[in-house]
Parts: sequence; structure tokens; C-alpha cells
Amino acid sequence: MKRYVTVVLLLALLLGVTAWMTSKGSVGIFRMFSAMKIVGSTLRHLQIVAAAEALAILIGIPVGFLTTRRASRFISPVLIGIANVGQTVPTLAFIGIAGVILGMGYNAAVIALFVYALLPIIRNTYAGIRSVDPAVKEAAQGMGMSKWQVTSRVELPLARPVIMAGIRTSCVVNVGTAAVAGMIGAGGLGVLIMTGLAVRVMPIVIQGAAPTAALAIALDALLGGLEEWMTPRGLKVMKKAQWQLQ
Amino acid sequence: MIKLEHVGKTFSDGTEAVKNLDLEIKEGEFCVLLGPSGCGKTTTMKMINRLIPLTSGKIYIDGVDICKLDQNELRRGIGYAIQNIGLFPHLTVWQNIATVPMLKKWPKTKQRKRAEELLELVGMEPDTFIDRYPSELSGGQQQRVGVARCLGADPPILLMDEPFGAIDPITRNKLQEEFLKIQAKIKKTIAFVTHDINEAIKMGDRIALMRAGELVQFADPATLLSSPKDGFVRDFVGADRVLKGLRLLRAKDVMQEPPLTVKVGENPMRVKALMEKDRMRWAMLTEDEGHFLGWITCDDLQESKRIRDTITPPTITASLDTPLNEALSMMFDSAIGTLAILDDDERLVGVLSFEIIRDVLGQQVDEAKTEPCGEGQ
Amino acid sequence: MWVQAWNYLINHPDKIAKWTLQHLYIILVANALAVVLGVLIGIYISGKGRERIAETVIYFASIMMTVPSLALYGILMGILSALTLPSIGFLPVVIALTLYGLLPIIRNTYTAIREVDPAMIEAGRGMGMREMQILTKVKLPLAVPVIMAGLRQAVVMNIGIAAIGAYIGAGGLGQPIFRGIANYRNDLILIGAIFVSLLAIVMDLLMGGLEWLTTPKGVRIRRKS
Repeated sequence: MKRYVTVVLLLALLLGVTAWMTSKGSVGIFRMFSAMKIVGSTLRHLQIVAAAEALAILIGIPVGFLTTRRASRFISPVLIGIANVGQTVPTLAFIGIAGVILGMGYNAAVIALFVYALLPIIRNTYAGIRSVDPAVKEAAQGMGMSKWQVTSRVELPLARPVIMAGIRTSCVVNVGTAAVAGMIGAGGLGVLIMTGLAVRVMPIVIQGAAPTAALAIALDALLGGLEEWMTPRGLKVMKKAQWQLQ
Repeated sequence: MIKLEHVGKTFSDGTEAVKNLDLEIKEGEFCVLLGPSGCGKTTTMKMINRLIPLTSGKIYIDGVDICKLDQNELRRGIGYAIQNIGLFPHLTVWQNIATVPMLKKWPKTKQRKRAEELLELVGMEPDTFIDRYPSELSGGQQQRVGVARCLGADPPILLMDEPFGAIDPITRNKLQEEFLKIQAKIKKTIAFVTHDINEAIKMGDRIALMRAGELVQFADPATLLSSPKDGFVRDFVGADRVLKGLRLLRAKDVMQEPPLTVKVGENPMRVKALMEKDRMRWAMLTEDEGHFLGWITCDDLQESKRIRDTITPPTITASLDTPLNEALSMMFDSAIGTLAILDDDERLVGVLSFEIIRDVLGQQVDEAKTEPCGEGQ
Repeated sequence: MWVQAWNYLINHPDKIAKWTLQHLYIILVANALAVVLGVLIGIYISGKGRERIAETVIYFASIMMTVPSLALYGILMGILSALTLPSIGFLPVVIALTLYGLLPIIRNTYTAIREVDPAMIEAGRGMGMREMQILTKVKLPLAVPVIMAGLRQAVVMNIGIAAIGAYIGAGGLGQPIFRGIANYRNDLILIGAIFVSLLAIVMDLLMGGLEWLTTPKGVRIRRKS
């Protein structure tokens, strides 16, 4: 409970500041963005993040799953290696290269974001499934579960928390990446920040920065709650037991 | 009931784990697959439920070639318990136990009821444990749930791979005893893998001793101990095999009546006279109902003291089911050098002495000498 | 455009070097700060009875991590200018990087100290070590590799964040990227992107080596098996 209180307070703070800046009307010769504009940009931002994330989940989880199968035991180290290197590449560089290769605009941004969001999801799906105790899998097979049943009743439920964590990381990072992608024509809150920076008017910068931060924090908290909810009870108990052992 | 015919297994890296194995396990028999690491015992067991495919030969269950059956159907009809247990951490105890019933699509209420039954069978209070999670259980409890799980849909055959391996010796002993009691009730056909000769002797009806993929000797524990086929068997069984043979007998099998039992109300001088007449050094004092109070020696008996005050209390006693090897060890601890045997209500029912055990061993050695065996003893 | 990029590389190695050095400088200062602060905080919160504080600290640090870098820059700039401190360039970027670097380091320090095998601590106590000695002779040496792992995470992450900081005047390898986007100069974008990526990969490898070196030999062997 305490966690959610903190988050709500933070969000209130950030939104309050945004409202305050917006209410200034104008600073010097520059006019502040209107509330409508901020809301519109936020929605646009959410749209980009959602689109990229949805694609990443749809493709990332099956791919991650396939890399754990015996059939792909030669390709998977390569794939995971690429995913690891990909995550090392700085966000800006990624966006920059995407801009060069795909050109500017909304679609290019979504594609770039999609690829960047894929990596943590593939990695976490792989790690989560691999972390399942082999004895448990063997017991399941030995008792007569078909390969598919072993996967759906044992591997996936046990891997769920790790996969969810991957989705959560991917999503939160995505918000930041989308902000930078404002550079290559994606729209969204990044544009507000950069406009403010271009004209060196801090309040305008805040009008963009505060909602972006708020969006990230809110999503993180929401997905964190989802992650909690999706963790099978038995695993939560297990974690608690391990924690207490310390 | 389970027949292995010329069964062989060669792995893809060339290792020949099992060579031309012929084995038949009768219905209701507890067959132990015994041997050193790498002898192929686990591989053999896993071929019975096709977790490891056969390279050559055939396995028949009730006359049916297992390769002709659907793999998963086959496995659902065979109970499977492994060393690391492999309980599903995300499922409750009853969901774990009811896994095969669930796969067989039993109604949920029936599943839960079955889980309750089985928890009782393995000695765990159903109400307490049924909704717990594996991580909330101790090692011994987890192992019991593992056993309950393998009995889930009441399969006629059980495959068990060192199921009591991963726990402390005290709990393991207890679980072994309890499992023997369960097996006495349910009479399953069991293929049990272990590398521990003592466990094999204790649990098995017949032992299949393997080495390097081949069956060396397949016999009941007494025969294995008394007539080891070759040097390898002799070494594996251990130089103390005669003593090991003591495990196979229980106190109730060989105990004798106490030579003199005295009840509490007796006159001490009368008892003393009796003892001197028959030249007995000690007698045993019991309550009216037969509860054992202690030992009386002739010298301690005096006119002035009550009988009860002259006793030497027992330091250690055994029960009807105590295996003879334990009884022998206890005897060294006993106050008098003779061991009192008590029944479940703590009443005196017999005694064991070094002489009795020596006679038993002597009998066994004589029997062994008259049996044909491969090499000279 | 690749040809253009190559030409630029050949013609202006000095600029590229300058950017790289700027970048490295920022990273160095910020991460050094993060390490010092982070380890101290980590040691503090791992003390006995401080679980609640530890939970809170780590929680706040992780919230910090969720804030996108561009947004944090904006917010810091606002705060700094309100405090009439320089609000563009070096200062806000270093503060942001330090803040981001704190979480991995605090969390790793805390976990590493807490997860030292209790048997070893007991052995140390049994031999008569004082708490401080146990900390310095047992807990810390075992914790160092884990802290190094945290530092490695922080550095690699910060390289990317610093690149974005070029937008608010901090210099570094982000600069050619931003300038390239603004002026439609793909060659600049490529130079910036490739070099900063290389920097990240190289630093990751270097720090990996450092992590390996600081792992006490005995632990290294144990990990391998």
C-alpha cells in the first residue's frame, strides 16, 4: 500500500507542476503550450509506446520461447548475443541510425521503438523459461504430460514473473526512447521538451518533461501491479521463504 | 508383469549404458535396481516409461509391447518419483498430488478427495497440508508429497529413482519404514533405483545388481547376501554381509520368552530362593498388566526392601519390529546385556540375547554353506 | 552516405576525438561520484535492523530509474535555473548521470553484503573479528565483484544517457547525432551513432574484464564450476 501512496503523491506533484507551468500563459514573448496540446501529446506518446510495445510482445515472446527449444540450440546463443549487444547500444544512437535507415516520421519511429523494445522481452522470455528447475520438467514429463502440456502448465506459469518483468522494463524504457524519437518526427511529449530547449524557456521544458516523467512512473507502477498479480501464488510464497532465510 | 527382453541402450555419444538386459518383475513385487554410479540402473528404469527410448530389445507390460502404446497414456499409468522430487512450486500440495488425475480429467472434487486420501496414506495431516505450497514444506514433507503424487491415479506400477536420497538419514529411515508399510497395504509393482546396498536389502523383494550396463545377479536379499555370485557382488554387498543379513530379521522372528518374569507384588525372599535354585542371575519385573519395570539381580534382593526398590531400570528396550542389526547394537547399551522386547503397549513380550543372535547367524552361515555357489567360500 | 561518413571521419578526427573525450570526462566524473555515494549508502543500509530504510532507499532509487532521461534533464534544468545555478551543459548532465548510476550501485552493494554466506560471517566472529573488521576483510572483498557488476551496468547505461545530454549543451558524442538530425547530415548521425555504440560496447567489455579481475580467485573458480 505504501508503495502506491508514494507513486500517487509523486504523480500529483508532477502533474501539479505541469498545471502550474501551463497556467503561466506566457513567458516573455513565448506562449506556453495549452492544456489541450499537452494532453494531445501525451496521448500521442502513449499511442507510439503502445503500438511498439504490443508488436514487441507479440513477436518477442514467441521468439524468446523458440530460442529455448532444443531445435534452435545452435541459433539461440547467437540470437541472445545479438539481443545483449543491442541493449548495450545507446538509445540515441539507435534512434539516430533508425532515422538514417528508415527516414523520418511516425512509422519509422514506431519500427525503431519496436525493435528496441523487442530485446529485453526476448532476453527475459529466454531467461525465464531457462530458469525452470529441470527436475520439475522431468517430473512433469514422467507423469505423462505431453510436450505442449509441460510447456503450458509448467514452464510458462513458472516463467511468467520473469517475462512480465521484461515487459515492464521494455515498456518503461520505451517511454524514454519515444521521447527521444520526437527528434525523428514521432510526435509525442519529446517534441514539447525539445521546443522548450530550443527557445531556452524552462517552463515550456517542464511542460514536456513533467508529464513524460509522470507517464513513465505511472506505467511502471501499473505494470508492477500486474506483475504481482500474474505471479503464481506458489512462487510468491517461495520468494518469501527465501527472503526470510536471510 | 514387467518384462525386459534383450534390452539395450546406446546413447548418441556412443556410451553403451545398458547391454542386453533380461529382467522380469512379477506383479506386486518390489524390485530394486542396484549398482554403482553409471551401471545403467536409472537408464533401465527410465526406459520402462519411455523417458529414454530403447535402442534394442523390447519391454512388455502385462504382455503389451510398450512401444506400441501412446507414450503419454503409458506414463499416466505409471507412477514416477525422482530424487529431486520436482514438485511444481506454483501449485498447491493437492494440485501436485492430483496431477495425473487431472491429466486423466477426473472431476475436481474427486481429485481433491484423492489428494486427501493420499496425504493420509503418507502420514501427513490432510487439513493442514492440503492447500500449502511446496516451498512451505520441509525436505521430508516434500518427499512424502512426491510419493503421494506418484500414487495419484492409483497406477499399478511405480518407478522410483532414489526417492529418499536427498534427505537426512533419520528422516530417510522413517520414510523407508513408512513406505514399506504402505507397500504392504497396496502391493504395487515397483522398480526402485538405489546405489545404497542397505536400502536395497531393507526394501526389496528382489534385487537386480547391475554393473556397466549388465545384470550381474538378480535374487532376493537373503540369497544375495549369503550367496554372492562373484567377487564384484561380494565386494558391493560388503565384507560385513553376514551382519547385514541381520537386517532381514526382526526381533519378533527370533526372540525368546523371558526365563523368569516376576510381578510387582511378590515377596522378594521367595523370588530370591527361586533364582538361587535355578541358578539365575537376573529376572525381569513387570507390573500387573505386564509393563516392564526393570531387571532384578539375585544379590540385590533383600528382605527389608520392596522388590520394586531393588530393580535396575532398563537403559534401552526394543520393539517387535526392531531389525536384528539394530537390536544387536542396542544390546551393547543394555544394562544387563540382554535386551527386553516390548509390544506397542510397552508390555514385555520377549528377550533377545547375544547367544540367540549368534545362533541365528550360525544357522544362516550353515544354510549358506549347503547352498551351491559359484566360487569356493 | 556511408562514403560521406567515412570522409568525415578521415577529415575531422580531431572533432571526433574531442567529442569522445568530452563524453568520457562526463561519464568518469558522474560515475565516480555515483560509486562513492552509492557504495557508502549501500554499506549503510545493509547494516542490521535497517531493512525498512533499505527498502525505502532502493524503492526511491528505482523510481528514479524509471524517469526517462530527457524528462529528467528537463526537470533538473528547471530546478537548477530556479536555484540560479547553471542549468545547461555539464552540471545537469552530471547530476542526472549520478542519480541514474546510484540505483545499480546501491542495490548491488546492498545485495552483495547481505548475501555473504552467513557461515563465513560466523567464522569471522568466531575467530574474534570485530564488526568493522568483518566488514572490511570478509564482506567487502566478497562484495567487490558484485559492485563492479553494478558499476558496469551504470557506466554502459550512462553512456547512452550522456549522449542525450549533448542536446542540452554538454558536448560529447551525442552532439554530431543531434546536429546531423537538425541539418539532415546523415554522415554526422552515423559517425555519432557508431562511435557512441562502439564506446558503449568497448566499455562494457573493459568493465567486464575489470569485474573478472576483481573477483577473488577462489570465488572465480567457484563460479566457473
